[in-house]
Amino acid sequence: MLVFDWFVLPFTLGLVYLVVTLLVKYFRWVKNLPVDEFAKVKKGVLSTKTFSAIREVFLESLLHRKIFKVNPLLGYMHTSLAFGWFLLILIGNWESRIFYHGHVSPPYVPIFFRFFNPHPVGFKLEAMFSFLMDLTLLVVLSGVTLAWLKRMRSRFFGMKKTTVLHMGDRFALASLWFIFPMRFLAESFTSGAYGGGHFLTANSGAFFAGFLPVESLVYPAWWAYSLALGTFFVALPMSRYMHIPTEIVLIFLRKYGVSEQSIFTSYTQVEINSCSRCGICIDPCQLASSANIRGVQSVYHLQSIRNCAVDNDKSLNCLMCGRCDNVCPVGIDIASIRKANRKQQAAQKENVYRYVPEGNAAKADVIFFAGCMTHLQPSVKKAMTGLLKHAGISYWFMDESGSVCCGRPLMLAGKEAQARELMANNKAKIVASGAKLFVTSCPICYKVFKEEYGLNIEVMHHSEYLLQLVESKKILVNRQDVKAVYHDPCELGRGAGIYAQPRQLLKSVVSLQPVSQDKENALCCGGSLANIKISNPERKMITADAVSVLTANNPDVLVTGCPMCKRTFAQASSVRVLDIAEVLSGALVLKQPTALIKVKNEERLAIQPVLIR
Amino acid sequence: MNNFGYTITRDRQIDFDKLPRDIYRELCQKEPSVKACISCGTCGATCSAAQFTDFSLRKYILLLRRGDHKEVAQNIDKCMFCGKCQLACPMGVNTRNVIHSIQQIITSNLITLNENAGI
Repeated sequence: MLVFDWFVLPFTLGLVYLVVTLLVKYFRWVKNLPVDEFAKVKKGVLSTKTFSAIREVFLESLLHRKIFKVNPLLGYMHTSLAFGWFLLILIGNWESRIFYHGHVSPPYVPIFFRFFNPHPVGFKLEAMFSFLMDLTLLVVLSGVTLAWLKRMRSRFFGMKKTTVLHMGDRFALASLWFIFPMRFLAESFTSGAYGGGHFLTANSGAFFAGFLPVESLVYPAWWAYSLALGTFFVALPMSRYMHIPTEIVLIFLRKYGVSEQSIFTSYTQVEINSCSRCGICIDPCQLASSANIRGVQSVYHLQSIRNCAVDNDKSLNCLMCGRCDNVCPVGIDIASIRKANRKQQAAQKENVYRYVPEGNAAKADVIFFAGCMTHLQPSVKKAMTGLLKHAGISYWFMDESGSVCCGRPLMLAGKEAQARELMANNKAKIVASGAKLFVTSCPICYKVFKEEYGLNIEVMHHSEYLLQLVESKKILVNRQDVKAVYHDPCELGRGAGIYAQPRQLLKSVVSLQPVSQDKENALCCGGSLANIKISNPERKMITADAVSVLTANNPDVLVTGCPMCKRTFAQASSVRVLDIAEVLSGALVLKQPTALIKVKNEERLAIQPVLIR
Repeated sequence: MNNFGYTITRDRQIDFDKLPRDIYRELCQKEPSVKACISCGTCGATCSAAQFTDFSLRKYILLLRRGDHKEVAQNIDKCMFCGKCQLACPMGVNTRNVIHSIQQIITSNLITLNENAGI
């Protein structure tokens, strides 16, 4: 028994086109992965990683747990559409399987079941199934209504901005919005004409039958439903709805350990196609919220890469603060993609720094590297060297004179070949010194020394090292009656995951006040070296907003761990801005080298003049 | 040639027919803040590259304003991009984008520039 009607064709053809396109694309993307990454996939497929990937697909692609965490209403919208649609397909398949006694039927049969069997006589489970289908349809329709509302008024969702659509998206969006209302109408008309349905479609069917010639509308309504589905399937690979199937591929690849490289790979294709353009990354972007710079945010950047239309100026107009990375519900590695994109656009030149002398390395246990930004903050430099001397550390101030840049600013601008040249120069000196520990007072330097230099010795930010010195009692400090707030520098916090050590260190000397946006949600100071396109007035707007958040509770001092943040804030803040090393140096207890532990109270009183306040 | 014990110094006139200011104009479009430069030299005083070479952004901006790009083209890549000049600049010039833009313009115009300069 073949169940068929001509109206199923748009749906069926659309589905075949979609499945073939997706399979071809995914096959090529997985096959074209770099060799190492492909090996990870091969190794992972038969491991337990597959199961945890399936679990994540269920939680993220269907239930959208992460969006719920960011915004419950937005989460409900996505869940009702995704999970609702999934249930509609699942329950529909069960129904038709049971009804046809397990006979394998073409994929359109469950979808258009109600057309072929408006009121199946003698089907015992009809009431249960039609109730379930009506309930699920209602849930999906509520999601569509919310989607429509979001398009009209994004503020309703607590979002300041939603994404701007391009043509392909509009097409797909329109057909997606049509699908479920058309299904609702088609089922209602069928029910009005032939009976069947449950609380939703039976009642609406009776209602429509009251004033419409439902019997003659049944057939056109099913045609429209099939057309809407077919159109959506054909538009999907060209639209942002490509994220629906691609996110599943992404989750599997990510679980197997595939990651972004320094250049674009086919994994980048998977990632940019997984972007749903939900626009959650727009609101945390300080370029948008403080400086009113539009069209450069991650959602648009990924879109422009997908459309092969990247504007170099826009790609460089990003603070790389990582605030968008932090909220992306799909977990796309946005920062790495932007970095790879910048590298692709920049001219790679060799042998441009041949003028830099090789330099002499001094033998020492610890290397202190101030970095360019600390050199512009002599007070930080002084505090740091003072503390190191005080603790009696054998250290070498590597860039005291003739400082060579760490290479991170060049890296961030995409000039990687140039950066590697400077890095080789610095690395040779570090190796020659024979030191076991490398300490820097600049988070920008810290990140590159830690991640890119491939050093065999430990690399520490000065806040980590000073904490060690305080804990091992090499530095003795007095508590100060000072209210302080701590600002997480982007490169140190989100960039390197160091949140606890600076706080712990500060708690030993001052009373630390809470800040409304801290740790992963900390604001960028606006000084970022990663953005070379932003103008100074725009930077100042970002700084002013960040300062007002940080100093909302009127602290006595604003402390940070980055000389660049310090300098940026100092220009805009009425509250005094200090580096963590300066705070510590101001709270130092002058100690007797022979009696390290036995510092008497009288001696404690003979402290250095308090630098704070 | 007879040696009279003295020479004539090279003509230091700036001839805008021979030294076109196109590069500076393009630079002003790409980074308008360069127009605010007062040639104070603070950038050079902080410069990492200037510790080892004659690199001087102040000089290069001046040269481009005069339409002389040759020395700029030879040296502009020596910048380490560290950003100290930008923090120090009293006029708020976006120096890193000035350098980035000069690099871009010179790379994209290299052939025509060389022809004009007779290289």
